[in-house]
Amino acid sequence: MEDKIVLTIKNLQVAIDGKQILHGIDLNVRPGEVHAIMGPNGSGKSTLAQVLAGRAGYQVLAGEVSYQGRDLLAMAPEERAREGVFLAFQYPLEIPGVSIALLLKTGLNAIRKHRGLPELDAMEFLALVREKMKMVQMDDAFLYRSVNEGFSGGEKKRNEILQLAVLEPMLAVLDETDSGLDIDALRVVASGVNAMRSPQRSIMLVTHYQRLLNYITPDYVHVLAGGRIVKSGGAELALELEKRGYGWVEAQTGVHVAGSTAAAQGIRT
Amino acid sequence: MNTPVTPWLQAKLPQALPGNHLPWLRQARKTALERCMAQGLPTTRDEEWKYTDVAAIGRRANLAPGNTVPTAVDGTALHEWLLPQENAALLVFVNGHYQPGLSNLSALPAGVQLHNLAQQIDLDPAMLQPFLGNKIMDDGGVAQNVFDSLNAAFATDGAVLHLASDTRLAAPIYLLHIANGAGAAIYPRHVIVAEAGAQATVIEHYVGTAGAANFTNVMTQISLAAGAGLEHYKLLEEDGAAYHIGGIHARQAAGSRFASHSFAVGGRLSRNQITTLLAEDGSECLFNGLYLASGRQHIDHHTRIEHAAPGCTSRQYYRGILDGAGRGVFNGKVIVRQGAMKTDAHQANNTLLLSRQAEMDTKPQLEIFADDVKCTHGATVGPLDEDMLFYLRSRGVDAVLAKALLGYGFAHDVIDRVSLPALRARMEKILLARLPQGAMLEELL
Repeated sequence: MEDKIVLTIKNLQVAIDGKQILHGIDLNVRPGEVHAIMGPNGSGKSTLAQVLAGRAGYQVLAGEVSYQGRDLLAMAPEERAREGVFLAFQYPLEIPGVSIALLLKTGLNAIRKHRGLPELDAMEFLALVREKMKMVQMDDAFLYRSVNEGFSGGEKKRNEILQLAVLEPMLAVLDETDSGLDIDALRVVASGVNAMRSPQRSIMLVTHYQRLLNYITPDYVHVLAGGRIVKSGGAELALELEKRGYGWVEAQTGVHVAGSTAAAQGIRT
Repeated sequence: MNTPVTPWLQAKLPQALPGNHLPWLRQARKTALERCMAQGLPTTRDEEWKYTDVAAIGRRANLAPGNTVPTAVDGTALHEWLLPQENAALLVFVNGHYQPGLSNLSALPAGVQLHNLAQQIDLDPAMLQPFLGNKIMDDGGVAQNVFDSLNAAFATDGAVLHLASDTRLAAPIYLLHIANGAGAAIYPRHVIVAEAGAQATVIEHYVGTAGAANFTNVMTQISLAAGAGLEHYKLLEEDGAAYHIGGIHARQAAGSRFASHSFAVGGRLSRNQITTLLAEDGSECLFNGLYLASGRQHIDHHTRIEHAAPGCTSRQYYRGILDGAGRGVFNGKVIVRQGAMKTDAHQANNTLLLSRQAEMDTKPQLEIFADDVKCTHGATVGPLDEDMLFYLRSRGVDAVLAKALLGYGFAHDVIDRVSLPALRARMEKILLARLPQGAMLEELL
């Protein structure tokens, strides 16, 4: 069944500024699966998400990442996006003077061209985006506003989901998309993500808290601690974590995970 | 001070300057020429010219303006330069000489007087005396630099606009300046007077034939009475070998509003000094500027805003994108006089450097002699933000186009303040032509 795997991560070890953050991640993601990556602050969740999207500044010390049979780490960020990898940012950037419409049209047409699809003209593009904006309950007026400039936290996150919906990736990585959202915004974001679930599309939800998983039921839950996956299970694992806290994993696995001292104490360096 | 250089010593007042029969004007010109001969050309040892080296102007064969009318301008070229819009009036100047055949003053409403300078001198020289004398402004503290003096001595022609009280011009007055031929020294002089409550928009547009090392030295004087409003646009699009030194000097009475938009994208070297005196209560000014330099271009903006009365507001927004070995200079001086309470002044200068060879020198200068004022300033110089680039690339946008997008967005802050559609469109076109992959970006817009 190797050919059915979208993403294979093997022994991925990553450092930032010489400090090792990931100490050997192993993970397989198949089409249509939703994987939740949970863990306390400093466990390496965001690092994993950023490395998959191709952000500069990370040193891969060992391991490999194969995406649809290709070496993902050898690809430029834009190439990953065109091949179907999408990262919803934890802290979406403000891009003054560049409207959401311009960003999405530029990105979408680059991706369509790459996939051998005809580029959308202005009318087709607007029809598509307006439909997707309804899904995340964003007003049309946002289309011509500068990307994320002056947006509230919730609006920024909804904008990320809008981009996800328009760009239609094969693998979507959502980095703490739930953080900073009130309950209404969380529902909107979650229903947007659920609408994007399909047998072809895989989703990785990176999150600290279980509450997002009340709305998006994952197929798998992985607990990341000290830069490695220390426990994996089904959706029930998230509920267990919610009840018992990360300390429970520590007790079970013998790996110290709770709090920011984990890295400092050196699970392994 | 400085060692005078050859062409300065050689400079003589041409016989054919307009109004030479008027003793006061002849005397003013003589005084101005003597002043600039004595001063000589500034060097980079002068604080005001530390980053802008004008020695090449001093190496010119001749600084005096030509008396002869230059060769005719090709109609096709004219069409390409012209901003396609409805104008209240169009005045075309070729090498500083008014071209009635290319101009159109037919559509002016009542209350608007618009003539070329030479004609205005014949009609009503007294109206010009306060402007062509030996001070830039009667009560302004703007010191005349040598180029101001040079213009005072040599101005060949220009536009003189007078707006009667409460006259409101919907369409702009458009002054198109064409530098035609090679090596010309060009001295336009414009005077704009708006009486109480009058409103107008004026565009100064500078273009030139390719490869010509012309030297343009222009001064624009603006007087705004109580409640008057002026939108002033200056678009510098001369060819890459041209030198341009310009001055825009305004005086504002109570409750008047002055906006200066300065877009410098052409020429080998340009410097614009833009000043205003907020002389009376409640006057407001907006200085908005964009500079795009590439190759070995050098673009300098020096501003001076003097808050001399209470309750005045000033805003300065200058942005630039420097590529290649392009250089930018910004010096923004804000003076708050004693008694100018409740002054509200803000200044921002932001520059993007697209190459390692590009260089920006920026300096805010705040001189505050009053209490109870709000004065803020900020400056940034640097390359494109790596995080923003990554964000765009993670959406499938290739690296070069992502840079173009960010440059476009950066400059748009300034272009968004332009209310004339034709000028906005021209600025967009220029901006896109200057950005890497701008053509591709243009298709997406």
